[in-house]
Amino acid sequence: MRTTSHRRALGLLLVAGLGLTAASCGSGDDEPAAQGTGGADQKVTITVGCQPPKSNPKERAGWDEDVAEFQKAHPNITIQSKDAFPCINPDTFQAKLAGGTQEDVFYVYYTDVQKIIKAKQAADISEYVGSVKALNDVRADVKGVFNDGDKTYGVPRNNYNMGLVYNRKLFTQAGLNPDAPPKTWAEVQEAAKKIAGLGAGYTGFGEYSAGNTGGWHFAASLYARGGSMVSEDGKSAAFNSAEGKAVLENLKQMRWNDNSMGSKQLLQWEDLMRMMGSGKLGMMIGAPDVVQSVNNDFQGKFEDYGVTAVPESEGKASLSGGDGYMFNPKASPEKIKAGLAWLEFHELTPGKGQFNYERAKAQGRPVGLPIPDLYGDTAPGKEITALRKQFATVPVDHFTPYVTAQASITNKLEPPKAQELYAVLDVAMSAVLTRKDADIDKLLSDAEGKANKILAKNT
Amino acid sequence: MATVTAKPLVRRSPNQGAARRAVGRNLTAYGFLCGALICFAFFSWYPMIREIVLSFQQTNFVDPPQWVGLENFRTVFADPAFRSAWLNTAAFSGLALVVGYVIPFVLAVVLNELRHAKAYLRFVVYLPVMLPPAVGVLLFKWFYDPGAGLFNQVLDVFHIPPLAWLDSTSTALISLVIVSTWMNLGTGTLIYLAALQSIPGDLYESAELDGAGLFRRVWHVTVPQTKLILLVMLLLQIVATMQVFIEPYLLTGGGPENATVTVAYLMYQYAFNFGDFGGGGALGLMLMVVLLVFSAFYLRVSRDNEGGR
Repeated sequence: MRTTSHRRALGLLLVAGLGLTAASCGSGDDEPAAQGTGGADQKVTITVGCQPPKSNPKERAGWDEDVAEFQKAHPNITIQSKDAFPCINPDTFQAKLAGGTQEDVFYVYYTDVQKIIKAKQAADISEYVGSVKALNDVRADVKGVFNDGDKTYGVPRNNYNMGLVYNRKLFTQAGLNPDAPPKTWAEVQEAAKKIAGLGAGYTGFGEYSAGNTGGWHFAASLYARGGSMVSEDGKSAAFNSAEGKAVLENLKQMRWNDNSMGSKQLLQWEDLMRMMGSGKLGMMIGAPDVVQSVNNDFQGKFEDYGVTAVPESEGKASLSGGDGYMFNPKASPEKIKAGLAWLEFHELTPGKGQFNYERAKAQGRPVGLPIPDLYGDTAPGKEITALRKQFATVPVDHFTPYVTAQASITNKLEPPKAQELYAVLDVAMSAVLTRKDADIDKLLSDAEGKANKILAKNT
Repeated sequence: MATVTAKPLVRRSPNQGAARRAVGRNLTAYGFLCGALICFAFFSWYPMIREIVLSFQQTNFVDPPQWVGLENFRTVFADPAFRSAWLNTAAFSGLALVVGYVIPFVLAVVLNELRHAKAYLRFVVYLPVMLPPAVGVLLFKWFYDPGAGLFNQVLDVFHIPPLAWLDSTSTALISLVIVSTWMNLGTGTLIYLAALQSIPGDLYESAELDGAGLFRRVWHVTVPQTKLILLVMLLLQIVATMQVFIEPYLLTGGGPENATVTVAYLMYQYAFNFGDFGGGGALGLMLMVVLLVFSAFYLRVSRDNEGGR
């Protein structure tokens, strides 16, 4: 009898527990997004993304220090930091938004900015952005990433354009001069052959071809040759051109004739990072942030790598990359104002936040990479460059070829419907790298047809 | 004088009392049933209904969604990857039946016949199921490496030229089938083994007395006796393999040349890469309808069996 009543109680407890669990699961969606709406003097709490993770204690300590300093100067603002590594996974963006867990001030890559604006998934901050004086000196093209017409939707944090990342150690081993990296694709081919010739497992030049990264790097190579992904009005594809063909032919030559690209293909973002970190990859298309990632997360060493401009890109263009912050579309005006104040302090002020190179050096963190390039040649830009030089901990001359070339290279933004177009071009990239008899003309023509359909839908 | 008020006498009918007792006795069972129902409602039925609704909507998860009729279906129909995705999914399911359906059964027969090391071998066969799927898949990424990968090293021992495995349109899909088979064969084998062990031993003895060899014993005793479980497993495998996602997602990214793009992978791309949940929902609904047909067969087979027919 006692057993039966115990069982009964257990059953009821179970049902009640499940009911409560289910109820608690659904409750998050209904919480009001704003906590401190009202006058400017009211207290406001904002959630901010991209706090460095616990696995990166030095950067995290720096962030927390900055939050304390900012809150001291702005007693009405409370920052609730949200950590993540990487700062954003674009694949979970929609889910966070749908689930009501998107931060008030959320981190975003350039690639996704226009898609988010078009989908109305970020707040229009035009009305408030005037208060951020530092933005007056930010490069117009960098600010433009977050604009749609005359409206502004975000603030940049990092900016760079594509270059050629190379392993200086392997250059030396292969009898190449690491201080004179390749300037033409013919030189890249020669260098790649020599590096691949170092032995089994060495890859001269690595390239992506899966998970939309192939299309992304196709665009980078295409821009550097003077080509375009889409027509000026954005209504049709423009990559089926002499430049587009040259990109694929160059890869085909290196993959099949020179055998300098390794046998393993369908590589995605992390694969090349790992190869670069292991010291077996000679060259890849990438910005200086690649060196940072390879050093921080893939066991590479700063001193082993150098960056130069994409071959033959001088006087032409380079694909822009970077990241920044946008605002939750449900954020109140007070939250937006508070968020902008934080971003100005942490992301845009020389000597503070991300530009606190003195602290970074004291913490033993790398200083000296030529990124982010937010200000160009303006006064804050010069100040940041000087600070970077003063507190440098990495060999800055390894990036000199990249920095020098920037003067003659135009930053070019990603095309509309970038991810969809990249997915289409993955097919061409993977075909060239996995099939010796790949017909480049047909691949480009097929891709053009598919891209036109995508763009027609978009426009 | 005190007034005595007589309480009305309430008489319960015997049926009512029995019903209450029955409810009381089964309260625990109802509790557990409710738990299961709540779990299914939240984690299966609600997402399913939401997905159906999404396939007819356009939403940015901020503003109220807009009803767009069949527009999402038109969009995915017009996608050049749509046809490849369905063909690849069908090919994957077909190949998975050829490779992945037969091997667990054969393994179960062999394990059933063994006299020694039974427990150890069962453990070994079941081991891959215990690995998280992502770990298993990434393990094969290394095995398939065209350079130093295990498989090409083995081929080299036998003087067979290396294969491109994942990097070739002709071998990529079958490479995914091999991974999937390896990861799932443990469960299939154990289910078959349980079915085999329920076959009365005297049937085999009679067959042996009639002079039947191993193959004839399997064909004339084992297969007819496990017919139902074979059919059920066939249907379940079709339903499972048509939803293949993790293998192309982690191993090939849908490449090379869309050779491994499956319906579930394309659905993921629409929803999470392109931010088009309507398109993803439309693809999901189409896949669900196809799978419903197989599920209906499965239910029919199960019901027939329960009815003793």
